[in-house]
Amino acid sequence: MSATTKTRTAAEGRTASKPAQASAATRLLGDRRLPVLVTVGLFLAMYIAGISRYQNYGFGEPQVFLNLFIDNGYLLVAAVGATLVIMSGGIDLSVGSVIGFTTMFTAWLVEEQGLPLLLVIPLALGVGAFGGFLMGYVIHNFEIQPFIVTLAGLFLFRGLCLVISKESISISNSTVSSMAQTRVSLGLGELSIGALVALVVVAAAFYILHYTRFGRRVYAIGGNEQSALLMGLPLGGTKIAVYTVSGFCSALAGLLFILFIQSGDPLHGIGMELDAIAAVVIGGTLLTGGSGYVLGTLFGVLVLGLIKTIISFEGTLSSWWTKIATGVLLGAFILIQRAMTARKQT
Amino acid sequence: MSTPSATTPSRWRALTQHHLFWPVAVLIALLLVNVPFTPDFFAIRMTDGHLYGSLVSIVLFGSPLILVAVGMTLVIATGGIDLSVGAVVAITGALTCSYISDQADQSALAGVFLAVGIGLVAAVVCGLWNGFLVARMGIQPIIATLIIMVAGRGVAQLITDGQIITINSEPYKLIGGGYWLTLPFSIFIVAAVVAVTVALTRRTALGLLVESVGGNAEASRLVGIRSMRIKIMVYMFCALCAGIAGLMISSNTSAADGNNAGLWIELDAILAVVIGGTSLLGGRFSIGGTVIGALVIQTLTTTIYTIGVPTQTNLVFKAVVVIVVCLLQSPKFRAKVFGAKGRARTTAPAEPATPADAAPKMEVSR
Repeated sequence: MSATTKTRTAAEGRTASKPAQASAATRLLGDRRLPVLVTVGLFLAMYIAGISRYQNYGFGEPQVFLNLFIDNGYLLVAAVGATLVIMSGGIDLSVGSVIGFTTMFTAWLVEEQGLPLLLVIPLALGVGAFGGFLMGYVIHNFEIQPFIVTLAGLFLFRGLCLVISKESISISNSTVSSMAQTRVSLGLGELSIGALVALVVVAAAFYILHYTRFGRRVYAIGGNEQSALLMGLPLGGTKIAVYTVSGFCSALAGLLFILFIQSGDPLHGIGMELDAIAAVVIGGTLLTGGSGYVLGTLFGVLVLGLIKTIISFEGTLSSWWTKIATGVLLGAFILIQRAMTARKQT
Repeated sequence: MSTPSATTPSRWRALTQHHLFWPVAVLIALLLVNVPFTPDFFAIRMTDGHLYGSLVSIVLFGSPLILVAVGMTLVIATGGIDLSVGAVVAITGALTCSYISDQADQSALAGVFLAVGIGLVAAVVCGLWNGFLVARMGIQPIIATLIIMVAGRGVAQLITDGQIITINSEPYKLIGGGYWLTLPFSIFIVAAVVAVTVALTRRTALGLLVESVGGNAEASRLVGIRSMRIKIMVYMFCALCAGIAGLMISSNTSAADGNNAGLWIELDAILAVVIGGTSLLGGRFSIGGTVIGALVIQTLTTTIYTIGVPTQTNLVFKAVVVIVVCLLQSPKFRAKVFGAKGRARTTAPAEPATPADAAPKMEVSR
């Protein structure tokens, strides 16, 4: 900061344009919104590149853009939950397993036990949230690393999937299939129910994080747990709530995944926690916690979705390029973050 | 006092306080559980000049896990973690098998050696990258190694072109599926790696350096330990171990599967390390404990098969084991649960010297 003020006074003295530019650059580099802006820029660049390359294949259609939300709605919801956890300085590895478990649990209750869907949905959400609550409780009360506790959660929920059934259960419930096919017209194109729910979740998370006390507490705890405690913030309650919300989001993502794929399978959602974490990081949330934006996560998910779309438009590229591209982007953004935090410390 | 024998309380206490006591006890208990279901569980018979038996197969199938877990132990001892081992397993297997399958004579020794060399070099390069990110760039280990965990499987599939490459190479088959001196050859590889690791860490100062870096990286740097170099080295070693495990897995099946080889092995390895009594916080480690931890996991899997529990509950079992072991390691949990009942019980956990360890020591002097 002191460097910035120095250059600014120098700029005033000489009225030269060069130092003023330099100070603008340093200010930009110190800006917390920089990673989000980089992600938005990256998304736009990829999108424009896609349009110019696949113009004749209809890449420019608005529906292609809206399909990003339709195809990645579940990932978006899961990533919002992961954003909260990472912002509070923790990590949740159980996301993919909870998604898989929710698909299995719902399919089993609806198809094999014949329970009404209206009862099953809150039940599934409740189980997910309760799982998150338990993990948060153990993490806070017994001071075990979040990494290892949620790892146990990962095993537990994946195991419970297999306990329900080893085979995939397809859902033939008419309500589910009609909900899955419902499209809401937006003038330019249409969105599925899952995409709308995901957007509502993003809006809710945005409101909670920026306009409620709970949101400020999450930022404070992620920034510095010790100071947050000394300021008298309810550390335990907030931490447990964060993991509960993450569990809830994962379960909701599982329900959206069912709408997307219309079956329960013990293998659903394997490795999705990595996608969610990658989206959060690419969206500019600091992995050490305390800094980040839900909107960044939205763009992180969109970037990941766009990679898939471009690869499918390219046609000749195989699916594993998705993984490689995700990994490369992840690495690049981690290095950007590192450069930023190093600057802040000095 | 809850010690059962009044005459030799100190010896008993010394035994239960040994850091390997609980892992070994769990292992023995698990092995004994099998006896009522398969009476000849401990029997080892000789067929075609090879030894067969449940114990041999536990070690045989557990050997990739032991290797990965030994490498992971050192990484965890420096306070880090390596999530990329599963992907490294896949990359090594894929590279080696694709090189061998391109050869005109797949059984030619020179070709196999070169292929193995290429695979291991690739593994070490992955480790170098992890170490570079963690030590030089100062990125959290979980995140730094996540990059290769995500991208590595993609790379492995790229190498194998999304196919499962099958090979037919006698010398390569020896690594993971062959026999030597009546025992599976992989047992000798594991024994050699473990012996070299123990010798390097306990007979030289290297182990001490690793522990000091894990205890406090900054302080150890100030006393003159090149903590950065130690960290990079440890990640490279871990990747090398994962590479050897990758050779073993692909050689056992004579095939390289970029998608499924070594899937979840990072989690099993971390679990093995934790069961073995190495603290996830870093600063101390036990190679012997890790080996036993890996055997416990493999025995658990075998036990689940033999006693007829549906195999799908395997993961639930593992989850329960992780939770119980972690709770026992948590000083706060011990204080809450065992604190009130009697302090002798607080020595129960396998992990010997956490901050709460002051309590049992005081109790000895009383």
